[in-house]
Amino acid sequence: MAVDVALGPIAAQRSTAPGVVEQTLAVAHRAVIRTLRQRALLIFPMIFPLILFAINGSALSAATHIPRFPTSNYRDFLIAMPFIQGAMFVSISAGVDLARDIESGFMNRLALTPLRSEAMLVGQLGGALVIGVIQAIVYLLVGVATGVTFASGVGGAILVIGISILIAFAFASLGELLALRFGTGEAVQSIFPLLFVTLFLSSSSLPRNLIKADWFREVATYNPVSYLLESLRSLVITGWNAQALELGIGFAVALLVITVALSQRVMKSRLARL
Amino acid sequence: MSGNPAIEVEKLVREFRKGPRAVDGIDLTVSPGEIYGFLGPNGAGKSTTVLMLTTLLPPTSGRASVGGFDVVRQGAEVRASIGAALQEAALDAILTGREHLMLQTTLQGIPKAERGRQTDALLERVGLTEAADRRVGGYSGGMKRRLDLALALVHRPPILFLDEPTTGLDPQSRSALWEEVARLAHDEGITVFLTTQYLEEADALADRVGIIDRGRIVAEGTPAELKAEIGSPSVEVTPVDLDASDRLAQLLDRFGELRRNGRGNVTVQLPGGEAQLAEVVRALDQAGLHVELLQLHQPSLDDVFLAKTGHKLEGAGEGEAEAPAGGGRRGRRRRGR
Repeated sequence: MAVDVALGPIAAQRSTAPGVVEQTLAVAHRAVIRTLRQRALLIFPMIFPLILFAINGSALSAATHIPRFPTSNYRDFLIAMPFIQGAMFVSISAGVDLARDIESGFMNRLALTPLRSEAMLVGQLGGALVIGVIQAIVYLLVGVATGVTFASGVGGAILVIGISILIAFAFASLGELLALRFGTGEAVQSIFPLLFVTLFLSSSSLPRNLIKADWFREVATYNPVSYLLESLRSLVITGWNAQALELGIGFAVALLVITVALSQRVMKSRLARL
Repeated sequence: MSGNPAIEVEKLVREFRKGPRAVDGIDLTVSPGEIYGFLGPNGAGKSTTVLMLTTLLPPTSGRASVGGFDVVRQGAEVRASIGAALQEAALDAILTGREHLMLQTTLQGIPKAERGRQTDALLERVGLTEAADRRVGGYSGGMKRRLDLALALVHRPPILFLDEPTTGLDPQSRSALWEEVARLAHDEGITVFLTTQYLEEADALADRVGIIDRGRIVAEGTPAELKAEIGSPSVEVTPVDLDASDRLAQLLDRFGELRRNGRGNVTVQLPGGEAQLAEVVRALDQAGLHVELLQLHQPSLDDVFLAKTGHKLEGAGEGEAEAPAGGGRRGRRRRGR
């Protein structure tokens, strides 16, 4: 092993600490490589929402006969759901990835470099970006292939991809927060069923105004997931609905900002570097 | 830094909320270019000490400086002065060796134009050039440790922390790593703070050894000095009939200080040196005690450990408190200045 290779004089030769953008890109590069090399992480979480889409799209299609149902094609209504489910799966993969870094000590390795916590947090989301983009395109193509039409046209379809990536980012950031808070992949995964409950307690299967049970309608109204779904759905069914878009994008941005801010706070104690 | 200690520790303490003091008021000084072996069993406080000295864990009280910088107040300066290969090589199984080094060179602020050259040089130095583009998940334990060492050297730090660098390695990988560590210290003047639970490793590598047990340093000095403290060789006798252990102890008691291991073996110090061995054999013969095994031990660090702590290093301290994985600001923090 003792190959004589000159490395120069011995003295700490770190030049200047790299800028936050360069740090973020370096961490993101690693996250993207990790994601692309773990295809199981990419494929299985993507397929599950499509299976639910296929089952519900067929089994619940009679819902369109309910008076005032907003569309005659139930798949037009349902297509928003895989995007949100996919984003929720992204939260788990992002969280478990970060938790693994904590458990393995890789986080300590990074902590010994001049890496800034915000660069680490945002960089880690690079993997989520890749999954978000691929999922969004696949869901969109599957939707179109099964007869989903976009009332907002091609521009709306592109915006659906953009919003769903934003939502995936926000959920991934939530996953990071859980990882930083609890420190283990198992803990992050155990939270997942709770996330899924928020999806089923939303307007995922029926428009809010058609939900008969008062308590359910009330919960769905206060549940931000309803507004994420409705922003995507509006582009499919009604066209350009500024209020629906504002609410959906607003809640996604709020979730992203809050989780990044909280993550940064928790990160300081998790890293524990002085 | 020349003239000043590379590492200076005074009354360093780390307490965890629901455990004993993992580090209980240790003092130590390491000179520039020295290899300091921190020897102790699992749970003795070695890794907790390293985490505090590398700024990854705040001390409960006490003071420590590394490279002339205070570990609490000047964390960034300390980190710029050190390289660390912590316990369990913290590598990403999905990435290749080269990708690890490129990430590390970027984060350590190595200029872009030098990153590739630096990466190649380090890969060659640790003998991983051929495996550079393979995923780390397929590396052997020795290869992972060598990559870990290369990562610690990326920014050419003057001080290196190696936390049990050879645990779990085969003898060949272990000696290759020893060779490289010795070269770093002796040829390049890097100060090495090395924790180990292997006596042989401390004996072979370290210029000075600190023995830690239950959070306290119980002995410190060069391996030769420590062995000289014990002074004389000892003989360990295993009787054929283990029930004869008490008789054996009575018989050997007149030769010197006696130790019994509870399994029938009796060890006696020979203040008169090896020459006393013949007398022991004669005494055993005259008493009609049949012996299964009789071994002469020259003083070793194991003897030093036994003499200072009352128990052998092997298997000692299992299950005691150490720093939690991933560091973390758990437990009380009290800055003692």
